[in-house]
Amino acid sequence: MIRLKINGLTHELDVDPEMPLLWAIRDVVGLTGTKYGCGLALCGACTVHSDGQPVRACVTPVSMAVGKSITTIEGLNSAVAQAVQSAWEKLDVVQCGYCQSGQIMSAVALLAENANPDDDAINTAMAGNICRCATYVRIRAAIREASKALT
Amino acid sequence: MNPDTIVNLSRRRFLRSGLAAGAGLTLGVCLPAALARQTEAGPGKAGGEIVAAARFEPNAFVRIGTDNQVTVIVKHLEMGQGTYTGLPTLVAEELDAAWSQIRVEGAPADAKRYNNLLWGESQGTGGSTALANSFEQLRKAGAAAREMLVNAAASRWQVPADTITVRDGVVRHAASQRTATFGELAESAAQQPVPQEVFLKDPEDFRLIGSYLPRKDGKDKINGSARYTQDVKLPGMLTALVAHPPRFGARVKSFDAGRARAVPGVVDVVEIPTGVAVLGKDFWSVQRGREALKLEWDEAQAFTLGSEEIMAEYRRLAKQPGLPARKEGDADAAMTGAARTIEASYEFPYLAHAAMEPMNCVIRLDAEGAEIWNGEQLQTGDQHAVAAVLGLTPERVKIHMLYAGGSFGRRANPQSDYVVEAATIATATGGKAPVKLVWTREDDMRAGYYRPMYFHVLKAGLDKDGQPVAWQQRIVGQSIMAGTAFEAVLVKDGVDQTSVEGAANLPYAIPNLTVDLHSPKMGVPVQWWRSVGSTHTAFATEAFLDELAAAAGKDPVEFRRTLLKDHPRHRAVLDLAAAKAGWGTPLPKGQGRGIAVHESFNSYVAQVAEVTVRPGGSFSVDRVVIAVDCGIAVNPDVIRAQMEGGMGFGLSAALTGKVTLKEGRVEQSNFHDYTVLTINQMPVVEVHIVKSAEPPTGVGEPATPVIAPAVANALYAATGQRVYRLPIELH
Repeated sequence: MIRLKINGLTHELDVDPEMPLLWAIRDVVGLTGTKYGCGLALCGACTVHSDGQPVRACVTPVSMAVGKSITTIEGLNSAVAQAVQSAWEKLDVVQCGYCQSGQIMSAVALLAENANPDDDAINTAMAGNICRCATYVRIRAAIREASKALT
Repeated sequence: MNPDTIVNLSRRRFLRSGLAAGAGLTLGVCLPAALARQTEAGPGKAGGEIVAAARFEPNAFVRIGTDNQVTVIVKHLEMGQGTYTGLPTLVAEELDAAWSQIRVEGAPADAKRYNNLLWGESQGTGGSTALANSFEQLRKAGAAAREMLVNAAASRWQVPADTITVRDGVVRHAASQRTATFGELAESAAQQPVPQEVFLKDPEDFRLIGSYLPRKDGKDKINGSARYTQDVKLPGMLTALVAHPPRFGARVKSFDAGRARAVPGVVDVVEIPTGVAVLGKDFWSVQRGREALKLEWDEAQAFTLGSEEIMAEYRRLAKQPGLPARKEGDADAAMTGAARTIEASYEFPYLAHAAMEPMNCVIRLDAEGAEIWNGEQLQTGDQHAVAAVLGLTPERVKIHMLYAGGSFGRRANPQSDYVVEAATIATATGGKAPVKLVWTREDDMRAGYYRPMYFHVLKAGLDKDGQPVAWQQRIVGQSIMAGTAFEAVLVKDGVDQTSVEGAANLPYAIPNLTVDLHSPKMGVPVQWWRSVGSTHTAFATEAFLDELAAAAGKDPVEFRRTLLKDHPRHRAVLDLAAAKAGWGTPLPKGQGRGIAVHESFNSYVAQVAEVTVRPGGSFSVDRVVIAVDCGIAVNPDVIRAQMEGGMGFGLSAALTGKVTLKEGRVEQSNFHDYTVLTINQMPVVEVHIVKSAEPPTGVGEPATPVIAPAVANALYAATGQRVYRLPIELH
């Protein structure tokens, strides 16, 4: 049995310790906001927070998540997260939306560390999150918007 | 009485509603039977929502509940392009509904009611047609519902219908100060006769069309609740992965499933026409099961050429005339008589669509037939293809259209490839359990159906004043339409119109002009990719035209303007982009500005790109100014989003997009070797929309093909180097 704390709730999972956290979250726990995009930590669609740090769930074995506090898109509730999600909504960032959970998780982690990131900091934090719809102009603008609301 | 509204009414355009004649509307008025009825699982929603006890359903596109919610049934796939916002805008406008009371539901597969009006009796989304084909249909649907609500109020209040106004979802009789919501009128409206003719608003009276409206899919996609095919979970459902052959055209020779079956969580292993499917209770177990398969492939029929050999063959073919796609004047004679001639050739690679959500499909078989959950882009084609596999009639293939995590054309597969694969797995396992077929990124990248490779040769003759007098363009590349259901319409005299679109309709006034085409067959499956033929023709024509301008010693904008004298819409976007970009103002050394203009899907786009080139040849695209004319701008912010994103999609291909084959094997597998645009490469973008009274045209594709030539022309301005091959490499 693997004990995982996800969005504040403890789950006892009968899974192989090597199972990637992504599939434990999606297929076993049943939270589907975290997406599969590449399986190799190349696209960022699976980004979740582990003790507040952004991690790629698709390459994180569940054994590595034991004892951590895991947050998925469904569990976001901090002031930073609210600022980010309202900015995303206000600027109509999304298109297909599939990558956006991961984008938002990365943006929240960035702003929690650095409430006033410059363009370089935004690029560094967000370059691992691919959006094939290329909503990047609005992602950048929404991060600035959220930053304004927070500072 | 609101005098404005009377004036508005008098200015409404009288139109046959077409309600009786079809036009996608049905007469069915559905009432109280729907007591506490369970709705279909809406897009991105779990099923089981309870709707109002009674509802008013005047046609196939509008349903109004006693809870005052207006449900707009959208027949097109929301894959990011904004159709779940655009189409409801049309209904809400004529219904005079409040935007906040509108909710969206994806239409079921039913070509009789929900066909794409530009495709005959066939349902599907593509060619940037969703808004264009729906513009009148959905306004009529909204207007018909409005009229029935008004008549219901007139009857309830015993006043003439023309003394009643509607605004923001409130029906009002001003003289008696009576008001009612749509919800309050829904039941009695359903008893009203369906109007046989309706009035549509004069565009000057539009309140929603042309204004900012928040996206209807915004919230769900921000909080993780939007439901994609990948997220579907049915009771007893098994996840399936398929081991595909390493080369196109190869088949299973033999396999040993012993070790795969031994992996915990694996439930079944079956052979299907496209490979060997492993099924199990979760993705990860199945993936490990697939890795444990022992497989031998029969490669007797496999395709074994590499990209370099294919391009060599195309270069060889280009020495011979192809089938004519356009002929004006006498290009040979004009070329001979020209003061000077210029020649260039351009090479384009295969491109993968690489949508963020790899292809996947859920299918359940039962006594009724088959039920499919999919980011469904080609309902009618997929219904027929699945029906053929399962021995059913097409209408017994029920399809739930879910949000698609991108498509860029891929989900409208002419062979229904991945949908049929799901059906073959379901039958091979006896239909015992619902099946979710999931492709990994690697499966998706290597499954083919690429934008084809192309080779273009262009030759032009300039007169002594530098004006082009002759233009010859030869295109070599696989036909996308050959062998598809679209062949009869889109291949004319052997010329696939999608291979030459953007070239055969070159807008420039050049008196002697030929375009011809070779369509060699190759064993690599190919498909339309966002903006289709224009992905290569816009580059070849706009890069070459820039070269001609330089040869003539003329400014690229002025050179184009002169040649576009008979194409005012091209010229208007060209002028607008140039003006907004500050065309002609000096840039620091190492920077350059380039322009391109192109029409696709009846929308006109010009882009000015600014680049910075660093020593060693690396460069960045810093700023892109876009001007677009897409007729009436229904949702200006959605248009801006599609211009930004469509341009970014094209930029991604221009910078690094390339699928290559070696001995028939696809060399790329995931985002490390098929690299795509990231945020740090995204330029600053400005979008300017031309004000227009023309009917609206699509915006999903037209921004994509324009950026590569704009960037190439900017790089020339910065370095003097021309680009003849995509993706761009400077030397």
